[in-house]
Amino acid sequence: MMKNIIFRILTYCKPYQKYLILTILCTLVGVSLSLVVPVLIGTAVDDAIGAQNVNFMGLGRTTILLAVTILLSAVFQWLEALFINQLAFGTVKDLRSELTAKLEEMPISYIDGNPRGDLIARVIPDIEILSDGLLQGFAQLFTGIVTILGTLILMLTVNVKITVLVVIMTPLSLIVAGKIAKLSHSSFQRQSASRGEMGALTEEFVGNQKLVKAFAYEQRAEERFAVMNQELSDAGLKATFFASVSNPATRFVNNLIYAAVGTVGALGAVGAFPWIGVMSVGKLTSFLAFANQYTKPFNEISGVVAELQNAVSCAQRVFEILDADSEPDDSDHEILNSSACKGELEIKNIRFSYTPDKPLIQNFSMYAHAGQKIAIVGKTGCGKSTIINLLLRFYEIQDGEILLDHVSTKQYTRDSLRQQFGMVLQETWIFTGTVAENISYSKPDATREEIEQAAKAVHAHGFIKRLPDGYDTVISDNSGLSQGQKQLLCIARIMLRNPPMLILDEATSSIDLRTEHRIQRAFEKLMQGRTSFIIAHRLSTIRNADWILVMQDGNITEQGNHDMLIAQNGYYAELYQSQFAG
Amino acid sequence: MQKLLKFLKPYQLELILGPTLKLLEAIFELLVPKVMANIIDYGIVRQDTGYIARMCGLIIILGICGMCFALTCQYLAARCAFRYGADLRSALYQHINKLSCTELDRLGTSTLINRITNDVTASQTGVNMFIRLASRAPFLVIGAIVMVFLKDPQIALIFVIVALLVGVLLYFVMQKTIPLYSKNQKKLDQIARHTGENLDGVRVIRAFSRQKQEVQKFSDECADLEQSMLAVGRISAILNPVTFAVINLGIVAVLWFGGIHVNAGGLSQGDLTAFTNYMTQILLAMIALANLIVVLTKAQASSLRVAEVLETEPTMQDGSEEINADNSINLNDSENREIAIAFRHVSFQYENAGDAALTGIDFELRRGQTLGIIGGTGAGKSTLAALICRNYDATTGEIRIFDKNIREYHLNSLHHAIGVVPQKAVLFTGSIAENLKWADADLTESEMQKALKIAQASEFVNALPQGVETHLVQGGRNLSGGQKQRLTIARALAGSPEILILDDSTSALDYATDAKLRTALREEYPNMTKIMISQRATSLLHADLILVLEDGHCVGMGTHDELLESCEVYQEIYHSQMQENKKK
Repeated sequence: MMKNIIFRILTYCKPYQKYLILTILCTLVGVSLSLVVPVLIGTAVDDAIGAQNVNFMGLGRTTILLAVTILLSAVFQWLEALFINQLAFGTVKDLRSELTAKLEEMPISYIDGNPRGDLIARVIPDIEILSDGLLQGFAQLFTGIVTILGTLILMLTVNVKITVLVVIMTPLSLIVAGKIAKLSHSSFQRQSASRGEMGALTEEFVGNQKLVKAFAYEQRAEERFAVMNQELSDAGLKATFFASVSNPATRFVNNLIYAAVGTVGALGAVGAFPWIGVMSVGKLTSFLAFANQYTKPFNEISGVVAELQNAVSCAQRVFEILDADSEPDDSDHEILNSSACKGELEIKNIRFSYTPDKPLIQNFSMYAHAGQKIAIVGKTGCGKSTIINLLLRFYEIQDGEILLDHVSTKQYTRDSLRQQFGMVLQETWIFTGTVAENISYSKPDATREEIEQAAKAVHAHGFIKRLPDGYDTVISDNSGLSQGQKQLLCIARIMLRNPPMLILDEATSSIDLRTEHRIQRAFEKLMQGRTSFIIAHRLSTIRNADWILVMQDGNITEQGNHDMLIAQNGYYAELYQSQFAG
Repeated sequence: MQKLLKFLKPYQLELILGPTLKLLEAIFELLVPKVMANIIDYGIVRQDTGYIARMCGLIIILGICGMCFALTCQYLAARCAFRYGADLRSALYQHINKLSCTELDRLGTSTLINRITNDVTASQTGVNMFIRLASRAPFLVIGAIVMVFLKDPQIALIFVIVALLVGVLLYFVMQKTIPLYSKNQKKLDQIARHTGENLDGVRVIRAFSRQKQEVQKFSDECADLEQSMLAVGRISAILNPVTFAVINLGIVAVLWFGGIHVNAGGLSQGDLTAFTNYMTQILLAMIALANLIVVLTKAQASSLRVAEVLETEPTMQDGSEEINADNSINLNDSENREIAIAFRHVSFQYENAGDAALTGIDFELRRGQTLGIIGGTGAGKSTLAALICRNYDATTGEIRIFDKNIREYHLNSLHHAIGVVPQKAVLFTGSIAENLKWADADLTESEMQKALKIAQASEFVNALPQGVETHLVQGGRNLSGGQKQRLTIARALAGSPEILILDDSTSALDYATDAKLRTALREEYPNMTKIMISQRATSLLHADLILVLEDGHCVGMGTHDELLESCEVYQEIYHSQMQENKKK
């Protein structure tokens, strides 16, 4: 599993192969040279035996060689860092681009069904951890392996027997590190769970601070906060302490190795252990330095392994999205042309539900002449908005068919079908960008005049003009525009577009009546000759629809025009009366 | 920053003891090469195996002591950091609770959340790392210089030069990279925001078939981020190699000059070995410090952001009076009821706003009466409600609640007396019952049911398998908009407030439910003063007083009938709705 994921990440490195190879080469050279440094230091020390006994010729040569080695090693280390950056950041860029692109083609049901924060987390922190952990971790691991192998060879050249002693003692630090990692793992899990809860609580309370104030809930909020804070602090303290034990503990183990090497080496030097062979002081110095360098990567390996595991689990989350099914490819389907679309719509015996065990729409049929104005009314949750999801094929019907100009909508590409509809939803969508960009989202090549025209048609021109930079003011969803103003901008988008069919889902719910009344004229003009679907609570806005569908629990219970329905004296009539009953 | 140091004060013991232990550990660590040098100089030279064995034992003892010191230091560091973090987080949260809406608007909630969560954590990590690691490198350097100085002052000079060079390098890299790191973070935030917006607007994007452009935009943003990450990378890439080179060249110098001194007889071969060992130790510590620099600078930036919030003083003065509605007055005598709310020439301007949001508002409302507020988008309706809650103080004029200036009341008491149903239906994670207990922690079951019933919510709540114990996830994602709105109304009613504010909070209800709600409110809570903000004239027909707002001015005031007579704006609003009605 882990191997597969690592292998897959490597395939993302492919465009940066060059850098991967260069990184490996530079690491090899840089690390090897840095390993030679202690050898040369040892040689130099051997040249300075004592008073009046220093070989300056040899010392001079060695120090010059040493300086050159150091500088070369530094250059290669520097190059390695540059190449690994190219490799890591390039791979991350590609992966992130692919992930965001994938989100654009995921089925809506996937996006509806997964928490927003979780999806964003995959695009941002998960990929960051992946980059830090895997690619930097890889570099560390590689450097470590080269160091271990290199020092091993060097130690062998100095003294085989003491080297064997060192190798035998090596697993000690690995075992210690492993034990500690296991111990701290569960505390880390508790800490991150606790941190997640703390974040959620803060987000809720501070995010709705005005509500907290309005209910004078501050004290109780602080109490709940304090409890969670204590939990987080305790968990964090444990996790951090356990994790930080690892370093001194392995350092101690390394110290033991160092002491052993020193003692055995020294005893060898004095000839106490003839089987070890006699070492010079310089050789012993070098060997000690090798032993030191040899054990160091083992210290880091436990950390690297933890980081790798973390990175792999993040990569897994990223790949989960990349591997999920996109909306099926329909590029071979027919492209529906706006000019050819008349807007005659027929829904025949469709069936749909979001979850299999909760049937929603069953055996629903309706017919709309081209240019008709169809209103859908009903209680919240009766399936009104679902009809829109099905018409635009955000969700696919499970049975029956939807015919547009007598052709099943499934025959067309989804994109070209959706372009036939102008849609305004109750939930406004404003993205970070200028007012003009937001309006012209429906028509990117619109001129400034066209944009202003659209804004004027929905009576938004006035407030836009009052913004600091007019149409060039940068706005976002929470930049201070009221819900109504945002809704006006969304309607202006449609005005600019002029699509053959219209869908207005509570499109004016946040706009005051006076403005709505004024926009109504623009709407009327827009709806002229266009098949339109209107969903509204305000019955006044749908009175003059050509046909009204009353929905209850996913089915049509009444239909007809306003007068017919009032005459029927059923549910619609009841709704309508209550509106003016006061 | 001063503000934050205060939070470290209770942990002085840890702060002093931690680095001291670290210093001891460093000294012990430096002693190891020294002992090894002795083994070489005396043990080997004198062929004294007993000495060698004893020194070996000493190294192990030094190692054990070092480990104990290090562990104690780590523990103290973690304890200090996490307790400091917890204290700071609580203090920050309590401080935010004290801030008034003016400051909240200025700071913005999303940054506040970030500061409580990420910034406090970064600051805490900084403290931990500082005690644990940052103090280690300087100690090692200073310790090494002292040890070398005692043996050979001239060689010590090399150490000083090397330390200075590395210090300058660290400073240079930090200064160059810190601003770039924060720029990168901004770019990353932008991608996060863009992703969020794309998830929110997925239907709109697909309806307009703009996926390709969005993909392009993302890919541009990612490439841009890559470029600036590479730019930082280029600078920080020099740090480790140059440190490596400087320190090792220092060793070269030590070897050469040390060689001269050895020749002259001042130094032994073992000393030379020990010196090169010190340098290597310093190198390791410096590289650890360099890797830590990013963490420490992030911690510093975060600490500054936390301090900024703590230094923001609440601009609103709390009062001391409790709200006491006099229940002895004959409530049936509607003319003589006490005045619940009075506005006297009230004007209000948001901070940094060009125009006043409200200008010269005057009205009086008696207890139990209903005030209707109607007007266009941005007319100032919600602002007026916010002033009654004392979210903001009026810029000029006076607001009186139960015959006292609103500023005299204790804010808590004021807020207990007012029930608010906000425009946006927000519920909190937890059970429905927990949500309903927001205003009153001791709410009884029957009170809860009453509130649900009047809010027209009991039907659907009791139909849920777990009734009021149903758990709401993510602000009630498992409920429809209308259901959420009814629960927010029930939540406000559950506190039995003196004053109820419905801020256009029935928009997600269908007409029949809305009408039932209004009737129930009128009949069940005759003493409750109600303020209804609405865009539907029909919702306000029965209000005792209707304010018609336009651009922050009151352009009409009176009952429905009076306004229909006299107020042009009201006529237009009303007729726009009724006109179609008449067609019938």
